[in-house]
Amino acid sequence: MHKVVIPIGPQHPALKEPESFSVTLSGEKIMKFSARLGYNHRGIEKACEERTYIQDVYLTERICGICSHSHSTCFVQAVEEIAGADIPKRALYIRTLVGELERIHSHLLWLGVAGHEVGFDTLLMYTWRDREVVMDILAMLTGNRVNYGINTIGGVRRDVTAEQGKAILKAMDTLEERTNYYIQIATKETTLIQRLSGVGLLSNKDALKLGAVGPTARASGVDRDVRRDDPYAAYAEVKFKVITDNHNDVYGRTLVRVGELLETYKIIRQIIKKMPEGPLTVKVPRKIPAGEAVSRYEAPRGEDMHYVKSNGTEKPDRVKVRAPTLANIQTVAKMLEDRQLADLPIVIAAIDPCFSCTDRLTGIRHAGKRSKSVLKWEELHAYSIRHYREHGIDFAELNKKMRKALK
Amino acid sequence: MIRPGKMLKQVLESVFKKPATTEYPLVKARMPDNFRGKIVFHPERCIGCRLCMKDCPSGAIEIRKVGEKKFECEIDLGKCIYCAQCVDSCLKKALEATREFELAVLDRKKLKVTYNAETGEVSKG
Amino acid sequence: MLSIFYILIFPGFLFLSAFGLAAQFVDRKLCARLQNRVGPPWFQPLADFIKLSAKEDIIPEEANPSMFKLMPVLAITAAITAIFYIPLWSVNPIYAFSGDLIVVLYLLTIPTLTFFLGGWYSTSLYSRIGAVRALTQLFAYEVPLLMSILAPALLADTWSLKEMSLFYSAHPFFWLFNILGFAISMIALLGKLEKVPFDIPEAETEIVGGTFTEYSGRLLALFRLGIDIEQIVGAALLAAVYLPFGLGLGPVAGFLLFVLKVLTIVCMLSILRTIFARLRIDQMISFCWKCLAPLAFIQLFIDLVLKGFIVR
Repeated sequence: MHKVVIPIGPQHPALKEPESFSVTLSGEKIMKFSARLGYNHRGIEKACEERTYIQDVYLTERICGICSHSHSTCFVQAVEEIAGADIPKRALYIRTLVGELERIHSHLLWLGVAGHEVGFDTLLMYTWRDREVVMDILAMLTGNRVNYGINTIGGVRRDVTAEQGKAILKAMDTLEERTNYYIQIATKETTLIQRLSGVGLLSNKDALKLGAVGPTARASGVDRDVRRDDPYAAYAEVKFKVITDNHNDVYGRTLVRVGELLETYKIIRQIIKKMPEGPLTVKVPRKIPAGEAVSRYEAPRGEDMHYVKSNGTEKPDRVKVRAPTLANIQTVAKMLEDRQLADLPIVIAAIDPCFSCTDRLTGIRHAGKRSKSVLKWEELHAYSIRHYREHGIDFAELNKKMRKALK
Repeated sequence: MIRPGKMLKQVLESVFKKPATTEYPLVKARMPDNFRGKIVFHPERCIGCRLCMKDCPSGAIEIRKVGEKKFECEIDLGKCIYCAQCVDSCLKKALEATREFELAVLDRKKLKVTYNAETGEVSKG
Repeated sequence: MLSIFYILIFPGFLFLSAFGLAAQFVDRKLCARLQNRVGPPWFQPLADFIKLSAKEDIIPEEANPSMFKLMPVLAITAAITAIFYIPLWSVNPIYAFSGDLIVVLYLLTIPTLTFFLGGWYSTSLYSRIGAVRALTQLFAYEVPLLMSILAPALLADTWSLKEMSLFYSAHPFFWLFNILGFAISMIALLGKLEKVPFDIPEAETEIVGGTFTEYSGRLLALFRLGIDIEQIVGAALLAAVYLPFGLGLGPVAGFLLFVLKVLTIVCMLSILRTIFARLRIDQMISFCWKCLAPLAFIQLFIDLVLKGFIVR
C-alpha cells in the first residue's frame, strides 16, 4: 500500500501544546512514529542561573502549567537541602496538601482530555466541571488557580485556617462521590472501553527498559512511587496505597489515575487531621553555600527530578530539570507499534504529556545538511544576532540603548 | 456488565439542573479574598529599601525617589506575574495584592501604572 | 413560477436554511444543557454563517479549483432536491412518482459523496484521509439504513413515499411495528451526518478537520449549511417513513406537527451524540455489519410476517 507521512504538530488539535511528531501511515495503520522535541524550548535552565534563588522559585513554578507546585517544590527541596535548612512540620504538611490537591486537578483534567481525544466531549465537560471544585479550593488556599506560589525557600507563604480545612474536607466528599461515578463510566461505558482497552500496550519489561515513570509505568505493573519509596514533605507520616494495574494499556492507565484520585482523598483527609501547629517558615540566608543536591518529587505525571548546584552566591550555578514527560515520551513509539491513526491521540495523551516541561534543549539542523551541531552559549548568542540581522532586525542599536539605560 | 450509554441518566438529569458555566462578561466572577491580583502601592508607607525590586522575578516593579523620604512606584502589569513576592518582601506593607484580575487593555502603554503620593494612581498613554 | 417558489423559498432553499439553522441551534443548545453548560444564544448558528461568509475563501494551490468550489453547492442542491419527494404535513409530497423512496435515499447519499470528492480534491493529507474514511463509512451505514427503510415500504407494498403515507394513514397503528427500524435508521443517520460516535471522517483530534480541513470562508459556510439541511431532510424522511401519523390535520396543525416530529428526531440525535465516545473506523464497520445489518434483517422479517398474515 502507498505510504504517506503526515505531520502531527507542532500545531494540531490533538496536542494541547505544540510539539512535532511525524507518522508514516499505510492506509490507517501506523508504520513509523517519530517525535522531535524542542519546539517549545524556553531556556528556563539558563534563565535560572541569571536569577536569585527566590526569583527561581517562581520561575520553576512556570516550567509546567499543570504541575506547577511539583516543580517549585522539587526545586525548593534541593535548595533547602544544600542550605541545610530544617523546614517546619506545618510547612511540610501544607506543601503535601497543595501537592495532593494539584494531583486531583491534574488527574481530573487528564480524564477530560482523554475523553476529548476519543471524541467523548461529555466526559470532558463533566470532569472539568468537577475539577472546578478543587480549583476553587486551590484559589482559596493559595491566592491563584494555577501558579499557586505557596512555596518559598524555607517553608510556605500561606497558612491553612480551620475553616479552610473544613471546606477542603467537604470538597473531598463531593469529589469522592464524583470519582466513584467516573470509575463506573470508565469501567462500563462500552464505546469508551472499546477505544481504551488494548490500545497503547506497554509490557512490564518495556516499561522498565524505556524508563517509564508515574501512572504510565504503574499501569504496566511497575510498582514505583517516589512518595512511598523516597518520602519527602509529609508523605512518611500518611498512609496510602500505590495503585498499580496489569492491563498495560490506556484502560489500565485510566484505572490507575482514577484509583490514585481515591487514594489522594484519603491522604488529604489525614493531612487535615494531623496537621501540626507551628511556624510556617524558617529563615534561610539569601546566599546559599556552595554545594549540590538532587531532589525527587512524584508529580501527577510521574517522577520529577531537579538538580541544583550552588556556588555560594545568591544565584545558582546550575539547575537541571528532568520533567516526567521526558522519561515517558520514549514509550509512545513502542505503544504505537501496529496501531491505527485513530489511536494516536489517545496514546499520546495517555502518558499525560507536558511538552513545555520536557523541552530542555533544541537541536539545530541546517537546511540541506544532515548533521546536527551543538552550539556553545557564545555561538548561540552570535547566531541569534546574525539570524535577526538577516531578517532585518538589528540588535546592535538596541544593545547600545540597553547599556545606556543600565548605566 | 458493560453497557453503552452509561452516562444517559446523568446527562438527562442535568437538563433540569442549573448550568455549571456562567455567561462570564455579563455575570462577574468573584475571586477569593486573598487572591493575588493587581498590586497596589501605598506611597506613604514606603521607605525606599527596594527589596521588592530586588526580589521581583520579572523586573516589573520600580521604586523611584521623588523627594525627601518620598517615593513613587511604577508597576508594569504586562511584566508582572502576580506572584506577590513583593508583598511578602515589603517590610512596611507598602504593597498590597488586590482581587482585581480583569487587567486587559488595548493600549500596552496603559499597562504601566505609576503610584504617586500627589497624583495617585496614573496609567500612561 | 410555482416551481421556482418551491425550489427557492418554500419548502426549498430559504425555508430549509432557516429550519436547518434553527435545528442546529436546538442541537447545540440541547447538547450544551445535557453537558451542564449554558450553551449558545439563539442567533449563534446564523452569526456563525454570516461570519464565515464574510471570511476569505482560501483554495489550496494544488487543489482542483472548480471541483473544490462545486462540492458545497452540490451538497446543498442534493439535500434540497430530496425534500420535494417527502410528504411533509399531508400525504402529498410536492412531486411524487412510483419509486421516489429510492431516489430520496440516493439523493441523500450525494452529500457524503461530495464530502469525499471535496476532501479528495483538496489534496491535503488530512482531507484525503478524511475523504477515504467518509467513503468507507458510507458503505457501512448505508446498507442497514436502506434495509430498515425498505421494511416499512415492503409492508405498504410500494416504492412511493406518497402511497406509503396513504397506507399508514389507512392503518393508523402499523407504524408501531417499525420501531426497531426507526432505531436503526436513527443510528445510521448519525453516520450520515457524521456525528459522534460516527464523526470519524472529521475526527478533529486525529485528522484536524478531515474532509473540511482545507475549506474556509463561504465554501465552509455552505458545507455546514448543507449538513444542516441534510439533517432536516434526513429527519423529515425518517418522520415520513416511521412516524406517519397525523397527516390529515390540515396545513397549519399538520405543519406544526411536522416541525415537532423533525425537532424530536433532532433532539434524539443530539442525545445520542452526547453519550458516546467516537468509534474507530474498523469498530464502526464491524458494528454496522455485525449488529445493525442483522437487526435490519429482523425488521424486514417482522414486516414480511405481518404482510403475510395480517395485511393481506
